Amino acid sequence: MTKFKNQVLVCAGTGCRASQSENIVQNLIRSIDENGLEDEVQVVRTGCFGFCEKGPIVKMMPDNTFYVHVSPDDASELVSEHLVKGRKVDRLLYTDPETHKKITDSKHMGFYKKQIRIALRNCGFVNPEDIDEYIAHDGYQALGKILSEMTPEEVIDILKKSGLRGRGGGGFPTGLKWELTRKVEADQKYVVCNADEGDPGAFMDRSILEGDPHTVLEAMAINGYCTGASKGLIYIRAEYPLAIERLKIAIDQAREYGLLGENIFGTDFSFDIELRYGAGAFVCGEETALIHSMEGLRGEPTVKPPFPSKSGYKGKPTNVNNVETYANVPVIILKGADWFASIGTEKSKGTKVFALAGKVNNVGLIEVPMGTTLREVIFDIGGGIKGGKKFKAVQTGGPSGGCLTEKHLDIPIDYDNLIASGSMMGSGGMIVMDEDDCMVSVAKFYLDFTVEESCGKCAPCRIGNKRLYEILDTITQGKGTEEDLFKLRNLGNVIKDTSLCGLGQTSPNPVLSTMENFYDEYLAHVKDHKCPSGQCKALMQYIINADACVGCTLCARVCPVDAISGEKKMPHEIDQDVCIKCGACMEKCKFGAIFIQ
Amino acid sequence: MGKVKSLSDLKKMREELQSKITLREKRGHPEEMVQVKVAMATCSIASGAKETMDYIVNELDNRAIDAVVTHTGCMGFCYAEPTIEVILPGEEPVIFGYVDTKKAQEIIEKYIQGGELVDGIIPVTYETIDDHNKE
Repeated sequence: MTKFKNQVLVCAGTGCRASQSENIVQNLIRSIDENGLEDEVQVVRTGCFGFCEKGPIVKMMPDNTFYVHVSPDDASELVSEHLVKGRKVDRLLYTDPETHKKITDSKHMGFYKKQIRIALRNCGFVNPEDIDEYIAHDGYQALGKILSEMTPEEVIDILKKSGLRGRGGGGFPTGLKWELTRKVEADQKYVVCNADEGDPGAFMDRSILEGDPHTVLEAMAINGYCTGASKGLIYIRAEYPLAIERLKIAIDQAREYGLLGENIFGTDFSFDIELRYGAGAFVCGEETALIHSMEGLRGEPTVKPPFPSKSGYKGKPTNVNNVETYANVPVIILKGADWFASIGTEKSKGTKVFALAGKVNNVGLIEVPMGTTLREVIFDIGGGIKGGKKFKAVQTGGPSGGCLTEKHLDIPIDYDNLIASGSMMGSGGMIVMDEDDCMVSVAKFYLDFTVEESCGKCAPCRIGNKRLYEILDTITQGKGTEEDLFKLRNLGNVIKDTSLCGLGQTSPNPVLSTMENFYDEYLAHVKDHKCPSGQCKALMQYIINADACVGCTLCARVCPVDAISGEKKMPHEIDQDVCIKCGACMEKCKFGAIFIQ
Repeated sequence: MGKVKSLSDLKKMREELQSKITLREKRGHPEEMVQVKVAMATCSIASGAKETMDYIVNELDNRAIDAVVTHTGCMGFCYAEPTIEVILPGEEPVIFGYVDTKKAQEIIEKYIQGGELVDGIIPVTYETIDDHNKE
């Protein structure tokens, strides 16, 4: 079928292109022509291989030879040796860092792939609206297995041994959570799926629900069997219409097949699932607030204890888990606790899905084993920083998390390490920032979000965050003082210590962590009244370089507030008191005479 | 399909479904059809996946190519949406990124009909559970 005998794949991802992969392509084509192979060999540009550190990368098909650090000068040798004589070019092969052996084909170098898809195993493979495809991919086998062959205690035991922890952010051991709900005696219990994903920039749960809804249904039924619940509820925000539609289709299909409903698999276990819609309030991701919202009450948290495992939905024992947590459960049951526990770090097992966004080349949904470093995530999988700029910080954990910097890049990602570094795992949003981002503005952005999303029940969160925001705003306006920095830290800590729920207890984190890691930048704002990244509008000055200005008067004519004055053919000047920093003058200047300070 | 009454029922069903031609498991049988999967999560749709899918369905039909076009969830390559996966009979699946209608036409003409790869392939950057177990 294939027209060409060989194909040469050259990485044209941003990282490799920056190291001249396009010249490699051109040289390869020329060399192929010179050798008269143009009808046999095709050169194809590909997207990123996720191994940028070793780039530029060239892969030979069909024999899967993987060449690393290829330079344009290597092209002719690759053609004359590999393609003409069929001999591999040894010096360009990848060397296994452990065995120091050259790896000849990429089939034996699975390890170069930094990602393992467990929670996302079916996303992008199965048709989410067809239960048959899910079943063909081992779907509902785990549910069948536990109902026919295992006791609830045995299942909980597997989960405990697997080391699975809650993927919503807190990292509570899942097996233990199930056991707590199981132990409470009640006539009715509930299983809840928390699909109220609200962190800015996070879309892990939505992708799982849209790509593989049945896995969540199956895991909830497994949870029902273990905890003794017959009813499941998925709390999902109405802002996710496609996920809702696919869940509805999935629930209908599962009922039709008898995989939800009465006497599942011919046993006396009955379980059904309903959807509950949220209006998109961030605080409803907190489990007590979520439960109140489902009950039709205001989405406000209440003090724990009592924990939902004792008194949750309608006062009954309720087990709440996040979407991604559920997505791991069926695989763990089928593959075993040891298998799962073999992936990850000592205290954080398995993988974590991250929504990688911000100033990174390969924005995407990724799943990496716990223990992967931020450097691997950002520079290999993410393909580095956009536009070749310098990495500045990465924000994890959303509005509850913090900013990590250069010095944290080599820390293995897991629950405990991230907390020790002043951030947190969170649900998996990861926003990369470059040298152009002002950290005070970043902290202000997250605070703005928290102020908006605070439910208003407790004073520290309602009033404290508002005050924090105001102080930050003053600083970005250039009106802050050093005393403000002291206030920020003090108030931030008070809010953390005294707020009722997780939202308030973590909301000062973006401020505190940026102060910790970028104190100089805060100081520059309050002492020198300068924004080092040039982001804070109030602190910018448009200035005309008198040497470059020819006095064409164009800037004076476009200025909407008449802040620019000067004689014709003489250098002009901007009156800083009048200037509104709209940038129109700089845009129009044909001589590049206007710059920002 | 009727109700699933027991685990052995489900296992039997799995075997049957696995052998259905629409599934990846049976690739490698040259007598089968071309399969195209279009990633269709909210973000894919926002980048134009619906238009791409409609175009592919129509174009394959116009050219009388026997193919199955399905939609699927997020493939994870958000930077390159819309993304599609093409499985030619007997070949490994290939993922293409930035598939607008123009790119889709090129893929149909050159890859599906001509067996010739086109620029814009996205290498699979992750291991599946099965890959991982083999190590």
